[in-house]
Amino acid sequence: MKVIVKIVRYVLQDVYRGKWLIIYGLLFWLMTDLLMRFGGNSSQVFMSLINVILIFIPLISVIFGTIYLYNSREFIEMLLSQPVNRKHLFFGMYIGIVIPLISGFVAGIGIPLLYSGIQSRADIIPLSILLGTGIVLTMIFLAMAFLISLGTEDRAKGLGYAILIWLFFTVIYDGLILILIYLYSEYPLEHATIIMSLLNPIDLGRLLILMQFDIAAMLGYTGAVFQKFFGSLYGVLISGSMMLIWITVPLYSGLRIFLRKDF
Amino acid sequence: MIEIIQIKKRFGRLTVLDDLNLHIGRGKITGIVGPNGSGKTTLIKSILGLVRPDRGSIIVAGQVLNGDWQYRKMIGYMPQYGKYPENLTVEEIISMVKNLRDEPGNIDRELYDRFELDRERSKKIHTLSGGTRQKLSAVIAFLFDPDLLILDEPTAGLDPRASSALKDKILKEGTEGKTIIITSHIMSELEELCDEIVFILGGKIKFQGSVQNMIESTREFKLERAVASMMERISE
Repeated sequence: MKVIVKIVRYVLQDVYRGKWLIIYGLLFWLMTDLLMRFGGNSSQVFMSLINVILIFIPLISVIFGTIYLYNSREFIEMLLSQPVNRKHLFFGMYIGIVIPLISGFVAGIGIPLLYSGIQSRADIIPLSILLGTGIVLTMIFLAMAFLISLGTEDRAKGLGYAILIWLFFTVIYDGLILILIYLYSEYPLEHATIIMSLLNPIDLGRLLILMQFDIAAMLGYTGAVFQKFFGSLYGVLISGSMMLIWITVPLYSGLRIFLRKDF
Repeated sequence: MIEIIQIKKRFGRLTVLDDLNLHIGRGKITGIVGPNGSGKTTLIKSILGLVRPDRGSIIVAGQVLNGDWQYRKMIGYMPQYGKYPENLTVEEIISMVKNLRDEPGNIDRELYDRFELDRERSKKIHTLSGGTRQKLSAVIAFLFDPDLLILDEPTAGLDPRASSALKDKILKEGTEGKTIIITSHIMSELEELCDEIVFILGGKIKFQGSVQNMIESTREFKLERAVASMMERISE
């Protein structure tokens, strides 16, 4: 256990000194600030923020994670030639990268929200769900980055997979759902769409946040079904465990590869 | 000290270690030679547990390796290309390794002083030259006074002064009874340092014996010539 903490410390030190993270945080700061200034009322700002978060967090997490892990290969090799347990090293690296990513985004969004003031107390719950979703998405896509870069020897290929995965979950998957809905428009698809959105962490995150706003009412009958599902304890439990599965499955597969990998 | 029994390792279709058997005696300085791609580094990495052989077993100081990590406490390893987190300083890397090892034993700073690394200690890794990185790797390998030293092309990239300082250190540790494994392409260096030579080719051990033995068996006068003629003979 002590070794994990030590590894986390050194990875943190290394990541915080890189310029990447500062740019990442500043980007969120800038976008949030601009949205707050020119974005109109608070619920519109939230909507825009949601979209920014749902696109940027997975992109940066998966790409930064993949690149960082490829660049750390020799560092990993060096640590593994020391008396260090592979499992400890794996989790140490993961925690050491996930903390800066999360703190970059929480600070980038949180600080402008603080100085411009949150209009009402009612904003606090959606805001914390927004932050929570961002944190979970960071963890999911970083886990995917670990799986990719450990499973692929070739850097260029690995980076390609990283972009592809991001593209799949942000664009392609939704496109497929739309095609499906269009093709089967004669049938009631409300429950099918719930299941389909559970299978995509980004969609799941989007729905979890949207359900906090009145905007669900605008989605008509589907919105009502969604509201009923995601508003119920049952729905919250299911979406919570889906998120957990989305973190653990890639992370565990990555660990399995890491334990057997040759360096 | 090290017993390697029938290990086999393939990377894809390429067989890198082919039912290799090797015994490395305690307290000896053993040089591993062989052409590029003959499996030297893979062999070393198997001993370190960085590479997992597909078959066979490796015993280090009586301990059979199976995903263990504690045995590495007695090993100091100097890689062929030492790479470290780019944003950390020399000082931080050394203190990190110390911190990870967390052993009360004595810290050997001799090489650190000989290499005058103190002058570079607050420099970040990405500003260092290849040779300075190599010095850092050497310092780390010797830092914990380990019983087993594994040095993968230790003098490649070092200037003559640093290189001879390192060779002095290797000989000194050798006389103190440390087990040392060196790979190198510089035969004069191995001739100078090693008690025993292991010649590896195509993932198999083709020769093992004293430097003198190797030279005599090929009827040459220098180790370099002897190894070259052995390579010729086997590839024919």
